[in-house]
Amino acid sequence: MKEKNSRHLLVHIILLAGSLIMILPFAWMVLTAFKTQNEAIHVPPIIFPSHWDLETFKNVFDKLPFLSAYKNTIISAVVTVVAQLFMCSMAGYAFGCIKFPGRNVIFVICLSVLMIPSTLFILPQYLMIQKMGLLNTIPALFLPNLFSAYGTFLMRQFFMSLPKELEDAAKLDGCNYFQIFYKIMLPLVKPGLITLAIITVRLAWNDLMWPLVVNPSTSKTTLAAALANLQGQYSTDYPTMMAGSVMAILPLVIMFAVFQKQFIEGIAFTGTKA
Amino acid sequence: MTKKKKVSSMKRRQWMWGYLMIAPVVIGLAIFYIYPFFDTLINSFKTIGAFNVSKWCGLANYKKLTTDDSLWHTLFNTFRYVIFTVPLTIILSLLLAVLLNTKNLKGRGIYRVIYFLPYVTMAAAIAAVWKWMFNGDFGLINYILGLFGIKGQQWVTNPAIAPYSIIVVSIWGSLGYNMIILLAGIQGISPTYYEAAEIDGAGTVAKFFNITLPLVTPSLFFILITGLIGAFQIFDTIFMMIGKNTVVLENTQSVVMYFYRNAFELGNKGYACAIAMLLFVIIMIITLLQMMGQKKWVNYD
Repeated sequence: MKEKNSRHLLVHIILLAGSLIMILPFAWMVLTAFKTQNEAIHVPPIIFPSHWDLETFKNVFDKLPFLSAYKNTIISAVVTVVAQLFMCSMAGYAFGCIKFPGRNVIFVICLSVLMIPSTLFILPQYLMIQKMGLLNTIPALFLPNLFSAYGTFLMRQFFMSLPKELEDAAKLDGCNYFQIFYKIMLPLVKPGLITLAIITVRLAWNDLMWPLVVNPSTSKTTLAAALANLQGQYSTDYPTMMAGSVMAILPLVIMFAVFQKQFIEGIAFTGTKA
Repeated sequence: MTKKKKVSSMKRRQWMWGYLMIAPVVIGLAIFYIYPFFDTLINSFKTIGAFNVSKWCGLANYKKLTTDDSLWHTLFNTFRYVIFTVPLTIILSLLLAVLLNTKNLKGRGIYRVIYFLPYVTMAAAIAAVWKWMFNGDFGLINYILGLFGIKGQQWVTNPAIAPYSIIVVSIWGSLGYNMIILLAGIQGISPTYYEAAEIDGAGTVAKFFNITLPLVTPSLFFILITGLIGAFQIFDTIFMMIGKNTVVLENTQSVVMYFYRNAFELGNKGYACAIAMLLFVIIMIITLLQMMGQKKWVNYD
C-alpha cells in the first residue's frame, strides 16, 4: 500500500509538471492580452496586468474586421459540418450496405484521395474558385471542404458494424433505401456523426492556408487568416496579438470544455477502429 | 419469366439507390480532389504566367528542382523537422499514456483535458503565443531561464536555434492527440495478460516491455503513419512563428511553405506544381516503406 502511494505521488509530480508546461502558453496568452504594451514589454516581466479591462480586445475590432471574421468562420464551419454529415453518412451507408456494380472500385478510388497530400489539390482548387468568380466570397471558404473521403470512410465503418437484420425488416415493410438509411440506420450511428462533426469543425475552424489563398480580403476571411493578417501588421503589438489569439481560439475551447468526453472518445475511436 | 423480370427490376432499383446516394460525395471528390491531382501533375510540365496563360516546358521545372539551392534547404529543413518531431512526440506521448493508465489514478480526466487542449487550438494562435514567449528581449522563456542563471537566446531570430524552437512547439502541440490514441490502445489490452504476468512476479518495467509495448504497436503504427504524413506537410506553425521576411527563412521554411510562396506569391505556379509532386513522391515512398516494415514490428491479434 505504501509503495503504491509513493508511486502515485511520483506519477502525479510528472503529470503536474507536464500540465504546467501545457497550460503556461495559454495563461501567458490571456495575461498578455489584458496588459498595456508597456506592461507587456517590461523587463523583468510583470506577471499580472494592472487593470483587468477589455480595452485591448476592443482595439482588435478596430484594427481588423474581427467581427466579420467570426461570422465567416462560423458560417464556413457550420456549412461544412452539416454538408459532410449528410453526404458522407449517405455515401458511407451506400458503400457499406447496398450492393451495386462497381461499388468496390469506386470506393477504392475515393480512398486514394486520402493517400495524396492536400498540397497537391490546393493550387488547382484555387484556379477553379478563381474561374467561378468566387474569390473573396464566403462560399470559397468551404466549397472544396464539403466533400470528404475520410468522412465517407469513417461513416462506412460505423454502418458496417450495424446488424443486417434491421435492414431486412425495414425492407419487408416496403421502405426504400433512402428511407432505411434516414429513418432506421442514421440514428444508430450517432457516435460516428459526433466524431465526424468534431474532426470537421476543428479543421474548418483552424485551417490557415486555404482562407489565406482564396480570401485575402480581410472582411471575407476566417479567424486564422485574420490572425495572420494581424501578425503581419501588428507583430510587435503583443497585447493586440494575444487578444486576437484568445478571441480566435475561445469558441472552440469552450466547445471542447462542454463536449470534452465526446471529443476525446471520438478521437480515440479514430485511432482504434478506423 | 415474369418472376425473373421482377427480381431484376428490384435489383436495378437497388443499384439506382446506391448510385444516387454516393453521387454527391463521388462527384464532389472527382471535381475538387481527383481532377486537381491530375491538374497538378500536368501543370508541373508547364510554365504558368500572368492571367494563368500556360505553356509546355517539358522537364524544365523538374530540372530546376535539382539546381535550386533554396529547395534543397527546404528539404533539409523538412527532414530535420520530421526526424526530431515524430520520434520525440511518440516517445513522450507513450510515456504520458502509460502514466495516465496507472491503476486508480486520481484526476485522470483533468490531465487528459489539459494535455489535449492544444489539439482544439488553431496552430496559428499557438505559434503566435510561442513566438511571443520565445522573444529574445521581452520573452517569458528567457526570463525563466535567467532565474536559473541560464543565458537567454534569440529563439526565433537566430538561424541556428529557430528550427529547434519550431520543433519544440510542434511536439508540445501534438502530445495530447497522440497520447489519447495510445491511451485508448493501452486500455484495449486485455487485463488477463497483466494478471498472468503478475502471477509470474513481473515488475512494472517488465510488464511494460513484454505486454504494453508489443500490444500497443497497432496504435503506434497509426500515429507513426499519420504523424509522418502530417509532419512532412508542416506549414501553419512555421508561417506564423517565422514569417516571410526574416533572416531565418532559409533555415526554417518547409517544403510546403516554399510551395505556397512559389504558387501564390512569387508567381511560379508551374514550378510550385513540380515541388508538390516531389512532396507527393517523398510521402508515398515513406508510407510504402512503413507499410512494408509493419509486418516486422506490428502485432495484430
